[in-house]
Amino acid sequence: MNYIKNKIASATGVVSSLLVNNAYANKYNLPEPADPVVQQIFDLHMMTSLIATIIMVIVTLIVVYSLIVHRKDKGYVPDQNFHKSWFGRWAWLLVPIFVLGVDFAIAKSAHHTLDTIFDEHAEADMTVKITGSQWKWSYEYLDSGVKFTSNLNKDLTPEDEFYLRDVDKPLVLPVNTKVRLLHTTTDVLHDWWVPAIAFKVDAIPGYITETRTEILREGTYRGQCAENCGTGHAFMPIVVKAVSKEKFAEWRDQQVAAAAAAAAEASSDKEWTMEEMMAKGEEAFNKTCAACHQVTGEGVPGVFKALKGSAKATGDVKVHIQTVLNGVAGTAMAAWKDQFNDLEIAAIITYERNAWGNNTGDVVQPKDVAAER
Amino acid sequence: MSTDVAHEEHHHGPPKGIGRWLFSTNHKDIGTMYLTFALTMLFVGGASAMYIRAELFMPGIQFMEPDFYNNMVTNHALIMVFAVVMPAAAGLANWMIPMMIGAPDMALPRLNNLSFWLLPAAAVMLILSTIVPFMPGTGTAVNTGWTLYPPLSIQAGMGMDFVIFTVHILGVSSILASINIVVTILNMRAPGMTLFKMPMFCWAWLFTGLLLIIIAPVLAGGVTMLLFDRHFGTSFFDAAGGGDPVLFQHLFWFFGHPEVYVLLLPSIGVIAMIIPTFSRKPLFGYKSLVGGMAVLFTLGLVAWAHHQYTVGMAAGPTTWFMIITILISIPVGLMLLNFMMTMWRGAMTFETPMLFAVSIVLMFSFAGVTGIMLAVVPADLEYHDSMFVVAHFHYALIPGALLGLFAAAFYWLPKWTGNMYDERLGKIFFWWNVIAFNLTFFPQHFYGLAGMPRRIVDYNPAFADLNMLSSIAAFAYGISHLLFLYIVIKTVKGGVKAGNKPWEGAQVGTTGLEWDLSSPPPFHSYATPPVVK
Ligand code: HEC
Ligand code: HEM
Ligand SMILES: [Cu+2]
Ligand SMILES: [Cu+2]
Repeated sequence: MNYIKNKIASATGVVSSLLVNNAYANKYNLPEPADPVVQQIFDLHMMTSLIATIIMVIVTLIVVYSLIVHRKDKGYVPDQNFHKSWFGRWAWLLVPIFVLGVDFAIAKSAHHTLDTIFDEHAEADMTVKITGSQWKWSYEYLDSGVKFTSNLNKDLTPEDEFYLRDVDKPLVLPVNTKVRLLHTTTDVLHDWWVPAIAFKVDAIPGYITETRTEILREGTYRGQCAENCGTGHAFMPIVVKAVSKEKFAEWRDQQVAAAAAAAAEASSDKEWTMEEMMAKGEEAFNKTCAACHQVTGEGVPGVFKALKGSAKATGDVKVHIQTVLNGVAGTAMAAWKDQFNDLEIAAIITYERNAWGNNTGDVVQPKDVAAER
Repeated sequence: MSTDVAHEEHHHGPPKGIGRWLFSTNHKDIGTMYLTFALTMLFVGGASAMYIRAELFMPGIQFMEPDFYNNMVTNHALIMVFAVVMPAAAGLANWMIPMMIGAPDMALPRLNNLSFWLLPAAAVMLILSTIVPFMPGTGTAVNTGWTLYPPLSIQAGMGMDFVIFTVHILGVSSILASINIVVTILNMRAPGMTLFKMPMFCWAWLFTGLLLIIIAPVLAGGVTMLLFDRHFGTSFFDAAGGGDPVLFQHLFWFFGHPEVYVLLLPSIGVIAMIIPTFSRKPLFGYKSLVGGMAVLFTLGLVAWAHHQYTVGMAAGPTTWFMIITILISIPVGLMLLNFMMTMWRGAMTFETPMLFAVSIVLMFSFAGVTGIMLAVVPADLEYHDSMFVVAHFHYALIPGALLGLFAAAFYWLPKWTGNMYDERLGKIFFWWNVIAFNLTFFPQHFYGLAGMPRRIVDYNPAFADLNMLSSIAAFAYGISHLLFLYIVIKTVKGGVKAGNKPWEGAQVGTTGLEWDLSSPPPFHSYATPPVVK
């Protein structure tokens, strides 16, 4: 008896290690959990998978036995009164009771995790607001004011390990810290899904939804948008870098200082030269605006306007600045005033007015932008 | 029924020429048209599926714009659900229900004509929705998936308006067809054919028809509100105007979850006929199957938001929808047990319809157990919108609906045409179809768990090998349907004569009257009602 038990134990050990512990974990099952709630979900998933497997084995055994034995070519005589046997009379009651028992066991084991997920008084050491927009993620650390946007790394090819799973600027989070994640969107539905560290909820216009994470191990965690958000849905990955608390504090202070320096630079009285502004502008344009207007400035006919030779990009500077600051209502052209400081906007506009043969010769200065805000 | 003079004239044969079909009020001719339409659309919907699988064959964009890709996903789903499974099930109802209950025809023959002829109009609309975005200035293609969630569906171009009208026309068609079938079942039964003597297929359609009458108007209302948001400045679903994008999801799934049972129940009815026939013993638990369907009907109407666990509902409603969804396993379990116990101690033979029925019992059980996994809220917060869900509902929809329709075709083709189909080809089709189906969809569970979302045109190489397997198997699966087409054409053209009762075990258990008629049956099924003892 013990021998059999040991055999079974070692067999399940092999199977579960196949599923959980080695390289296959990420390939054929949910990734290895790195958060306590995700760990609970993972256990729940393994338990329901096991129940599902057992039910399937039982069903298959019954059917296969019947297929082998109860056949006409074996001369089996059909039992015309089987449905009138005691089993036939009571199956309608017995089966629901049995299934109800299984259901109850499943619901009960989900109950605790459900309570954790819906805990409205859960404490958090820090809060990050995550905003999805077509087709990038913006992060804002509400405690320190650090904010940035995270875009797909477009340099990778389908051969690369992290193709469509890499970004220019990952979200950095400290380990062993309770982080509240607030989700919202500026346009359509999105869903921030990094399976190893947090369950997902949708980002919905007009709503702020919430998840939490408490990352247990340092490392890099990857995911992507899970709710169909249109053309770029496959192209908005998420990368989270979990670092020690000390490293995180260091990183945060750097970001705060860099933001302050950039703000100071933007509001300084310095006259910027054409070369400086074109270089800054080209970088920012290609990163943010080229998704629609294309690197060539030619746009996509009928969908995204061309800027090359466009009336606005070669006409009145003020109108041009206004368009970029406030967007064009009712179109895909968003308002950019909260995403960029005056210097960045000035650089982008300078670039648009001088690239692709738009040679207007205008160098827009940060103060020109400030005047239009 | 009808006192129409013209009708009396050709009482003994069908009218000649195209008029026979255009103006038909005959349940068998309309049934044939429904089935032909469904089979044609199966190839259209299948072609878009092949396109999707070709794109997903390997990482990198092969040949599709992302929006066109998701347009194919949308069309595929809408076609399969509304233009294949539902019309085919309606075709079976048209053909079989009057013959089973001893009626001369459907209760409302002219309505029957209208409800069919709306379908080709809807199909044209749907195809236009794909073509229109290629014209300049019409905006993006319908890239939302069949769920049509706003705000994305508000952003989409003119194609969306065509989809909305498609849904309207389809809704009218299914409501009319459902009214007709329900009225026929309730009013046209031969003397002595009490409700509890009816073949199970009639019960299944009674519940299906009632469900559709309840849910179709809700979807129509939902998409109409979408249309108003798009063009007339309302903001039902626009948060900026005080509306709520999640409201649409509730309207959609109030329709969408019961719709799953609309697709499933007719096929459950079919296999409840086939399994007793080829087990040569009565259906186990006739009354409990009817009861199970009634419970499924009721629970199915109040389980919808299990598709929306991730919209941030409060704990109360989330728990409600989880419990109701888990409870659905009870009637489903009961149905499957009844089928298994019908086979138990029977004397089985394995003609093609029976092969399909047995495989459905096994594969639909599998959809049931992954359904339970999905119903558990915390776990669904990981599974949701991944390929795992896609795998689940294809196991539910293909065995649960489509394969049941194939089984029905093999089971009743001899009755319809008077000719036996080619059994050897039928068996080849079965094995080819079912093996390829499993190779296509089983791996999707795993790359779904590993993190591949649904509705994406391109993916990370970690998911590559299983996707390639899925794609290769999918092509084999797709091609197998050409064999089905060939078998059907061959059977229609000729073959061994079938006789009134082609199956030894037909009529075991339930007292359907279809086997008393000749094969093929006379143009007007039962001119004088038979009496059931
Ligand atoms: C999501 C797509 C998208 C992105 C990203 C985008 N734009 Fe636009 N942009 C548009 C669309 C669409 C229009 C046309 C609006 C209209 O119909 O007037 C437009 C119009 C413009 C115009 C006016 C062109 C004209 O001649 O009317 C300017 C200037 C402009 N964008 C600059 C920018 C800049 C600068 C950025 C980056 C910071 C940017 N856009 C990013 C979609 C986009
Ligand atoms: C045992 C019974 C079943 C249960 C418990 C069940 C449960 C579920 C749940 C919880 C989901 C939502 C998953 C998610 O989006 O996160 C789902 C999705 C789905 N199910 Fe089922 N299901 C069952 C049977 C069926 C059947 C019989 C069908 C079809 C014939 C079906 C078709 C679908 C479809 C189409 C979806 C995907 C919807 C979408 O997101 O687009 N299910 N099911
Ligand atoms: Cu997305
Ligand atoms: Cu549902």
